Amino acid sequence: MASVGSVEPGARSELTVVEDAVCTFCGCVCDDIDLTVENNHITQAQRACVLGKAWFLNHAIDDRPSCLIDGQPAGLEDGYQRAAEILTGGKYPIVYGLSDSPCEAQRVAVSIVDWIDGTIDTTTSVCHGPSGMAFQGVGEVTCTLGEVANRGDFIMFWGSNPAESHPRHFTKYSLMPKGMFVPNGRKDRTCVIVDVRKTKSAKAADIFLQIKPRKDFEALWTLRALAKGIELDARQVESETGIELSVWQDLMDRMKAAKFGVIFFGMGLTMTRGKHANSEALLALTRDLNAYTRFTAKPNRGHGNVTGADNVVAWRTGYPFGVNHNRGYPRFNPGEYTTSDTLARGEADCGMMIACDPMANFSQPAREHLASIPYIALDSKETPTTRAATVAFTVATYGINAPGTVYRMDDVPIPLRPAFKSPHPSDFEVLSNIETRVKAIRGVRS
Amino acid sequence: MTKDLIKISQGTLYDPANGVDGEVRDLWIQGGRIIAAPSDPATKPARTIEAEGLVVMPGGIDMHCHIAGPKVNVARKMRPEEKRKAEVISRTDVTHSGTLGSVPSTFATGYKYAGMGYTTAFDAAIPPLGARHAHEEFDDTPCLDKGFYVLMGNNHYVMQSIQQNEPKKLKAFIAWLLTAAKGFAPKLVNPGGVEVWKHRQAGNVSGLDTEVDHFGVTPRQIVSQVAQSAQELGLPHPVHIHCNNLGMPGNWETTLETMRALEGRRGHLTHIQFHSYGGGEGDENTFNSKVVPLADYVNSHPNVTIDVGQVLFGETTSMTGDGPLGYFLSNIYGGKWFSSDTEMEAGCGITPIKYKNKSLVHALQWAIGLEWYLLVDDPWRVVMSTDHPNGGSFLAYPQIIRFLMDRTYRQDVLKTCHPLVGRRSTLADLHREYTLNEIAIITRAGPARILGLTNKGHLGPGADADITIYTPHENKEIMFELPRLVIKSGEVIVEQGEVRDSRIGKTLHVAPAYDVDAEADIQEWFEKYYSIRWRNYPVDPSYMHQPELIGSPNHGN
Repeated sequence: MASVGSVEPGARSELTVVEDAVCTFCGCVCDDIDLTVENNHITQAQRACVLGKAWFLNHAIDDRPSCLIDGQPAGLEDGYQRAAEILTGGKYPIVYGLSDSPCEAQRVAVSIVDWIDGTIDTTTSVCHGPSGMAFQGVGEVTCTLGEVANRGDFIMFWGSNPAESHPRHFTKYSLMPKGMFVPNGRKDRTCVIVDVRKTKSAKAADIFLQIKPRKDFEALWTLRALAKGIELDARQVESETGIELSVWQDLMDRMKAAKFGVIFFGMGLTMTRGKHANSEALLALTRDLNAYTRFTAKPNRGHGNVTGADNVVAWRTGYPFGVNHNRGYPRFNPGEYTTSDTLARGEADCGMMIACDPMANFSQPAREHLASIPYIALDSKETPTTRAATVAFTVATYGINAPGTVYRMDDVPIPLRPAFKSPHPSDFEVLSNIETRVKAIRGVRS
Repeated sequence: MTKDLIKISQGTLYDPANGVDGEVRDLWIQGGRIIAAPSDPATKPARTIEAEGLVVMPGGIDMHCHIAGPKVNVARKMRPEEKRKAEVISRTDVTHSGTLGSVPSTFATGYKYAGMGYTTAFDAAIPPLGARHAHEEFDDTPCLDKGFYVLMGNNHYVMQSIQQNEPKKLKAFIAWLLTAAKGFAPKLVNPGGVEVWKHRQAGNVSGLDTEVDHFGVTPRQIVSQVAQSAQELGLPHPVHIHCNNLGMPGNWETTLETMRALEGRRGHLTHIQFHSYGGGEGDENTFNSKVVPLADYVNSHPNVTIDVGQVLFGETTSMTGDGPLGYFLSNIYGGKWFSSDTEMEAGCGITPIKYKNKSLVHALQWAIGLEWYLLVDDPWRVVMSTDHPNGGSFLAYPQIIRFLMDRTYRQDVLKTCHPLVGRRSTLADLHREYTLNEIAIITRAGPARILGLTNKGHLGPGADADITIYTPHENKEIMFELPRLVIKSGEVIVEQGEVRDSRIGKTLHVAPAYDVDAEADIQEWFEKYYSIRWRNYPVDPSYMHQPELIGSPNHGN
C-alpha cells in the first residue's frame, strides 16, 4: 500500500498548500493542482477547471456516522462484521463500482470477491465496456497524452464532448499545447469533431460534422472504405450518414496527410446503436490508417480511476470487468456477469457497491432487485444507493482525504496527494477490515 | 533444538558457483539464508528435510520475461479467448484464483513459476512512466523475488545527451532514471528504431548506423555510450540489449555489429535467437541460421553474455517494447494488434502468434534457439529463456531442459519439422548433451552472476535460502516440471506442485550514486515535454515490497 503525502489535520488556523495535487474528477487526472487548505477546507484550487474547482472547493466532509446498519448509526467494527456476514451468506454475491476508488482499495475488493466466489464488475460495463470488447476483437493503436501534446497534428473527437466532460483536455493535452513537433500549438493542429448534435466542443473544431443519430457505424465504415480507396455510392453515403461523400473524402485526404493523428472517442459512440461494433469500427479505422501514416485512438474515460479499475481487475483475474468467480476461478462474459444485467435478471442475492450509485442510474428492474437484497455501500456522500443499503459506510474522499494510486485515461499511474484527513475511514481501510473478517469466516489463511 | 534452523539432509547438491557438482551433502538454513554447518555436531535443527536420493539446486532465476506492467496487462485484457480453454487456477485456502493462457494473471504467474522451482524473475521491459504500475503488479505476484529493466534506448534525454556529446549528463540521467523507476538495469529495445516509428509510417532504423529522425544519433552510439555510462556507474547488470532488426532475415550482421559496438564493455544480448538469421530481406527462401559465426564471436569475447529466447511450437502472444516490430508481426499474422507510444520514452507492440513445426521459418527459429545453447562453449554466458511469452511460455523450461539433455528426443522432434531445417541449420549435427551441472548454470548460477546477484544462484553460506529439490527421473522434462519441494527465503512454499505459502517476495532494485546537480537540467527538459508533473514521476519507496538494494555497499548485510 502506497501512502503518499498523507497530511495530518492542521491546527485550527493553519494554512497549508499542497502542490501538484491530483484531481480525480474525470479521466484527465490533472496532477498539477495547487490546493490551499485552511481549517480543513480547500479555499483555492489553482489550475483546476470548472469541474475540478467544484470538486475541490465544494468538498465538505459529510457530518454523518461512518457506519450505518439498517439506517441506524453503528460502530465500524459491527459494520465490518455485518458486511462480512452478508457477503459470505449469499450464493451469488456481486461487487460493483470501483471507478472512484484508488487502486489499493480496488485490489482488496478483488481479493474479497475471490474469497467469496463472487462476481466483480466496474462502471466500465456501463461506459466503455463496449470499447473493451472491441479491443478484444481488433486491438488498439494508441499513445499516452503527452504524445498527443508533442506530436498530434490532426485531432479528432467522435461522440465526445470534452469542453463539458473534460474541460482541460484541449488546453492541457490535445489542442493548445505547444509540443516538441507541434511548436505553434493550436496553429499546427487540425481539429475535427464528429457528433450527432452541435455540442459545446464544436466551436473548438476546424471542421464539425453533424452526422445522423445512430449512424456512427455507417459513418466510420464510410471512412474505412475511403481509406482503402473503395468506391462508394454518393447518394447512399449521404442518405445514411447525413454528410456528403465529398466531405468524407476530403476528411480522409486530411487524415492521410496528417503526420500523427489521434481520435478521441466517447460514450456518444460506445453507448449508442451499435455499441461495441462502433468502437470496433473506430479502432479498425485507426489501425487501417497506419498503412499510410501514424494514427492513434483513445477512449475519453470519465471517472477518475476507472482506468485503474480495468487494470487491477485484469492483472488479478485476467479479464477487465464482468468477472465471475462462482466456480472458484475467474470467468468473463459481458452481459452475463455485468452488474446491470445480473441485477435486472434478479440473479444476485447480496452485494457491495463501492463508490458508485446504481440506485440512481440503473434500470428500474435492476434498482428494484438491488433494493430487495442485502448489500453494503461505500461512498463519501449520501446517495440513493447508500440510503437503501443494509450497511452503509461513509468513507474519506480519495485524492482529497485519502491517499493511493489512480490511473489516468491513458493508463499512466499517478500518486494522490491528499489535502487533509477525514474523520471517516478510507475505502482501503473499510475493505481491508471486511476482508479480514471474510477470510476468518471462509477459513482463508493467505 | 534451535528455533528456525532447518537442515536439508543428504541431498545431491548441484551448486556450480561453489564448484559442487553432484555431491551428497547436508545444507543448513537459518533466518532465510543458507548458513555454514554448525560446528557443534550436537546441534539439532527445528526441521529436517530428508533429501537422500534427491537433487538439490538453488532456486531458478528467469532473467528475461514479461510478467508485469502496462504491456503485459494489456495483453491479458486482449486475449480472453485463450483463457477459456486453458487450465483453470482455482482459489484455495492459501492461494488466489487466476487465469493462464500465454499471459497469466499475476497470482497465477507467481504460483506457476514457483511450482516449477523458480524463485526469482525479472521483467525485461518497463517504460519508466509505467514503473509504478509494474511495482503494483509485483506486489500481487507471489512466491518470487522480482525486479525489472528500464526502457531507455529511445529516451529523448538519452539521445539528446549523446547528440550534444554530454557523457556526464547521460551518466547522471541513467542513474536518476533507474532510481526514479526503482528499476534494476538499463534496457535498450531497438535503440533509436522506436523513435523513428513515432515519426513515420512503418518507420524504423535499418542498422547500427542509421541516423534517428530529429536526434541525428545512431543505434551504435546509443549502445556504445549507454554501455560506457553503465560501466562507469558500476551497475550490477550494465546493459540489457534487444538489438535492432529483430526477426528480419539477414539480421545477424546487425547483431554482430551490436556486439562490436560494445567495444569490450560488458553487455547482455537478449533473446538472441530472434537476431541470428541469414538470408535476404523479405525472402523466406533464403532464410537460414547464422548461429555459428555469432557464437564464434561470443566464444571469443568474454564481455558478451546472452539469453536465448527459445521458440516452442504452439500459440502464444508476442509482446515487445519494439513498436515497429509489433506492426511488422501484426501484418504477417493479420490478427488483432495493440500498439502504444509512451511520451519521451518508449513504444509497445502486442499481437497473437502461432509457431508451427511445419513452417520453415518457425522450425528454423526453434532450431536456432537450440543451436545457441549447444554452440556457446561457456555455459556461464548463455541463459535459458523463452522471452516469455514471445517464444513460448516460461512453463516450457522443463521441455527445453529435456531438449538439451537428451539428443535423441531433440533429433526426434527435429524429424517432425520442415525438412529444410536440417540443411539451413547445424542442429542435426550437434551431439552435445547438457549435464545437470550445466543445467544448474544456465538456469540459476549463470543468470545470478550476469545480474550481479551475489546472494542468489548458489548454495554457499550467506546465500538467500531459495532452494529447489527435484526427484530424479530419466525423462528430464518430468523431473524439472514438478519439483519435490521449493524453498523461498527459508520457507517451504511448494510441495509437489501444491503451493503452501504465497508470500510476495522481495523487490530487487538499484540506486547508483549520481551528481544531484544534474537534476536541474533533467527537470527543465521534463517539465517542458511530459504530461505529468516532475514531482509525481519518481516511484515512492512505499510501492516496493521488501525492497533489496543490489550493488550498494550495504548489500548482503
